[in-house]
Amino acid sequence: MSGDPNALEAVDLTVRYHGTDRPALDRVSMVVPRGSFYAVLGPNGSGKSTLLRALLGMVPLMTGETRVSGRSVSEWRRRALAREVGVVSQAESVAFPLTVRELVGMGRYPYLGPLQPETSADREAIRRAMERCDVWTLGHRFVSTLSGGELQRARVARALAQEPRALVLDEPTASLDIRHEMEILELLRSSADGGMTIFLITHHLDLAARFADRLLLLDRGRVAAEGEPRQVLQASTLQQVYQWPVTVDDDPTTRVLRVTPQSRRYRS
Amino acid sequence: MRQLAWAGVLILSLMGAFVVSIWLGSVHLTPSEVFAALTTGGDPVARQIVVELRAPRAALAVVVGGGLALAGAVFQALLRNPLAEPYILGISGGAATGAVLALALGLVASHSWALPAASFVGALLAIVLVLRVALAADDRVDVRVLLLAGVVVGAFFGACISFILSVSDARTVRGAVLWMMGSLAGADWSTVGTVTLYTVPAAAVLAGLARPLNLMAIGEETAGYLGTNVEGVKRTAYVVASLLTAAGVAATGVIGFVGLIVPHGVRLVTGSDYRTLLPLSFLAGAVFLTLADVVARTILSPTEVPIGVITAFVGVPLFLVLLRRSLGSAGR
Repeated sequence: MSGDPNALEAVDLTVRYHGTDRPALDRVSMVVPRGSFYAVLGPNGSGKSTLLRALLGMVPLMTGETRVSGRSVSEWRRRALAREVGVVSQAESVAFPLTVRELVGMGRYPYLGPLQPETSADREAIRRAMERCDVWTLGHRFVSTLSGGELQRARVARALAQEPRALVLDEPTASLDIRHEMEILELLRSSADGGMTIFLITHHLDLAARFADRLLLLDRGRVAAEGEPRQVLQASTLQQVYQWPVTVDDDPTTRVLRVTPQSRRYRS
Repeated sequence: MRQLAWAGVLILSLMGAFVVSIWLGSVHLTPSEVFAALTTGGDPVARQIVVELRAPRAALAVVVGGGLALAGAVFQALLRNPLAEPYILGISGGAATGAVLALALGLVASHSWALPAASFVGALLAIVLVLRVALAADDRVDVRVLLLAGVVVGAFFGACISFILSVSDARTVRGAVLWMMGSLAGADWSTVGTVTLYTVPAAAVLAGLARPLNLMAIGEETAGYLGTNVEGVKRTAYVVASLLTAAGVAATGVIGFVGLIVPHGVRLVTGSDYRTLLPLSFLAGAVFLTLADVVARTILSPTEVPIGVITAFVGVPLFLVLLRRSLGSAGR
């Protein structure tokens, strides 16, 4: 197919941080097709966040290349890239009092000149994003007064206000209860169904299997497995990557893959 | 709209402060004498006092106060810290050293256009040193390390000035004391013109960076993801804010805490959006320094209190409150 290039691509990617002996990413290649929901899994320190930064041109590469919508990330201007890809990074802290509306409004900065005020189209994009993430009524609240779930929803709303073609998220549900976690994942799934590309870093194997079209499993900077959830989430692979015994079966109620960590202590 | 209303209030306050500054002083003048001096002429002595002494002094307070407040707000965004301020960071000290050195070496005549340039070199040296020291400990700038870096760099430049004084003639020493304590007493129209020439373009550049500065305040990585050229914005903002500080210091010496007090007050009233924070801080800084100078001149009249004393008396308690809050939230 010659039409729409892949949303995100990594080709033979190697990244090594200053003063470390093992590369954070070692010859990683992957392809995120346009409009797919792609989840990245792996133990702590396996290179998931580094992959995200490399895809967005935030770390120097030793080998290889990353591409966004078919173009090498180094050729993108930052503003144009921000209109193409919205990012919800792992954490951020607000140094000064800021309202939710102001935070979400920052998603329109890539569209606005230095002194240009918001247009009605900007305000409309902000309103839509805030409504989709259920933070419209929190507009006047200070960010510092939000609960963890509200803050994450506001940050996702800011990324949606960028009206990007792809959304990249680093453990956006890490500290959330199941309701808020499911709300965000269902929002991402429906965005993917609407044509947006989703690139999600997560620790939740079950939920990744349930929501994502394809999975990438990283192990100490290398690709351990890549493909559809059933191909990737195999007990033997997971056991080796996570160094912990697991069983994999189908959940009888949801009919999706279920990964259950076993107990080492009571193992026969 | 609320922001516009506050801008109106501040502009009116500034006009009021300007009038008060011209009216009050060690020589008593009635309002009608001031009015006559400004318009038709009236008594030549009164005219001399108003037009050649008090008016340029008030005008200098306006540009320097505005510039210092603006520089403070910019450093706060870059360092993500409400305690950042040209004096506390040691930048004013660096600028003063540059100015004193240029004068002591006879490189520039008093108040020429080149004096701010010499200050600028000192200010840049100071900011490079502070960032080096602060970032040596950690990539993320810790409040305590940053303050310590500012103190150390400030002490270094204080020592530099003392050294220059110890090998200079009496005239330089008199001038240098002014630089270390801060005073608007040397104001004349040519100084006002020079400082304005540096301040206006610098303020315009920084106002144009309001959106990127908003993003920097929530983190450099996020700012990058939202379309900001982080390194470019940092370089420009540090350099231009240092220039703004240097222009003020070259004319009035080291006046501390203006960049701390004023942006803090503006944040409380209209929030932290830099698109309104920067212009309102400039106006509020102008009002603040003009009034501080009135207090400095009148409170022990005819003796004049150094204006840096007035700003420190207001700034230090506020600094302590903000420091407690910063350390409290850092510990959480």
